[in-house]
Amino acid sequence: MDETDISFFKDGLRLDGRRADQLRPVKIEVGVLARADGSCYIEMGGNKVIAAVYGPREVHPRHLQEATRAIVRYRYNMASFSVEDRKRPGPDRRSQELSKVSREALEPVILTSFFPRSVIDVFIEVLQADAGTRTAGINAAAVALADAGIPMKSMISSCAAGKVADTIVLDPMKEEDNFGQADLPIAMTPSGDITLLQMDGDLTRDEFQRAVEMAMKGARNIYELQRAALVKKYSQMVEQPVRGDVHVCD
Amino acid sequence: MDRKVVIPGDLLSEEAKRSGEGTYVKNGSVYSLLYGLANFRDKINVIPLAGKYIPGPGDNVIGVVKDVTFSNWIVDINSPYDGLLHISEIPIKIESEEMPKYLRIGSSIMTRVADVDPTMKVELTLNDKKLGHIRAGQVVEISHTRVPRLIGKGGSMISMLKKEVNCNIFVGQNGRIWIHGSAEDMDLALRTITLIEKEAHTNGLTDRIVDFLKKEKGARS
Repeated sequence: MDETDISFFKDGLRLDGRRADQLRPVKIEVGVLARADGSCYIEMGGNKVIAAVYGPREVHPRHLQEATRAIVRYRYNMASFSVEDRKRPGPDRRSQELSKVSREALEPVILTSFFPRSVIDVFIEVLQADAGTRTAGINAAAVALADAGIPMKSMISSCAAGKVADTIVLDPMKEEDNFGQADLPIAMTPSGDITLLQMDGDLTRDEFQRAVEMAMKGARNIYELQRAALVKKYSQMVEQPVRGDVHVCD
Repeated sequence: MDRKVVIPGDLLSEEAKRSGEGTYVKNGSVYSLLYGLANFRDKINVIPLAGKYIPGPGDNVIGVVKDVTFSNWIVDINSPYDGLLHISEIPIKIESEEMPKYLRIGSSIMTRVADVDPTMKVELTLNDKKLGHIRAGQVVEISHTRVPRLIGKGGSMISMLKKEVNCNIFVGQNGRIWIHGSAEDMDLALRTITLIEKEAHTNGLTDRIVDFLKKEKGARS
């Protein structure tokens, strides 16, 4: 963990050639799963994440149901092959925490009161991890929710900032996250209301301020990419039909 | 007509009074709630591209009986909420024991939503001449978001379709559509409905459907 072992900057650029305030390449695809009501596949640098949304639908088990609003369930899961050493499959302390904070990042914009006694299920599968999977998951989930036709007050976009070699950087990758000094993921609406803010490591008051501002700028860029992906899906949909099922009565 | 693809949170107008379906008002401005197409008329409505059918009073729907209880049939209406058809909401008076004789599990019915309460208890009725048990014909399922397009402005599309394909058609707001006619006519109706669903978002659709039907019928004779 001695940061003198690694040099994070070469000629003012980061290990992967980015500037300090630059995002990794992002690719977003909408409606990739035929069985889900809404879905999204996202690549943020080395992260590959798929999101599926089901609902609103009936709540099982029944006792979880709320009489006046829909509940939101969010499951963040890492594939066993998503990291270098095989990850033991199944929920663990970390994924349960991420599921909770991610759900709470999205819930404020979802109009749950429209669908009493129902559930909106969000499933996040991390296929490949490279630091920042929770932000990738939230970005994919927001797009998948929109794709499922669920009413929301706004989109949610998420991005992290970090500190490596005493410099604030945007969207840290694996090496920077593992050996860096701090990691600060946020999620927010395009108007700037923050719905998730976590911090791992130490930042001074001033560094914190700058990191939040940088992460917010990154999230705004991601919002534009989310919007572009949704608009693109519409233009493709005009060309491609959705085939209905037919059954015959005798 | 001015139409535009919007996503949740998009600013649509600064006049609060133009807020229509699929929108909300914050600080006197109108924003979109949905991912869909915004129609800018007096009111701004956002038509979603996807989503579940949420029943409303007065909707005609097609349902399938999934359970029979002491005094209700529980009906799947292609929605997160089941429909309840009470024994008193059918045209004839029957006893509780006779219920499975009248409608069994698996029976398809054309029905209407009589009432929906705030906890989303959906009450159905069969008390209308055009409602009842489906005994013949076919049921096709499309996305409920395309139903308004299938009906057309003031029913223009559906009345044209009924006349041209020579079929009885019952359109359920939940996206299920019943067609009854000769095998050949039903096939044409089915293909036309699929085409309408596929091209629901294009302009001048009714004219194109008329052309399609003309061509198909020309090929047949």
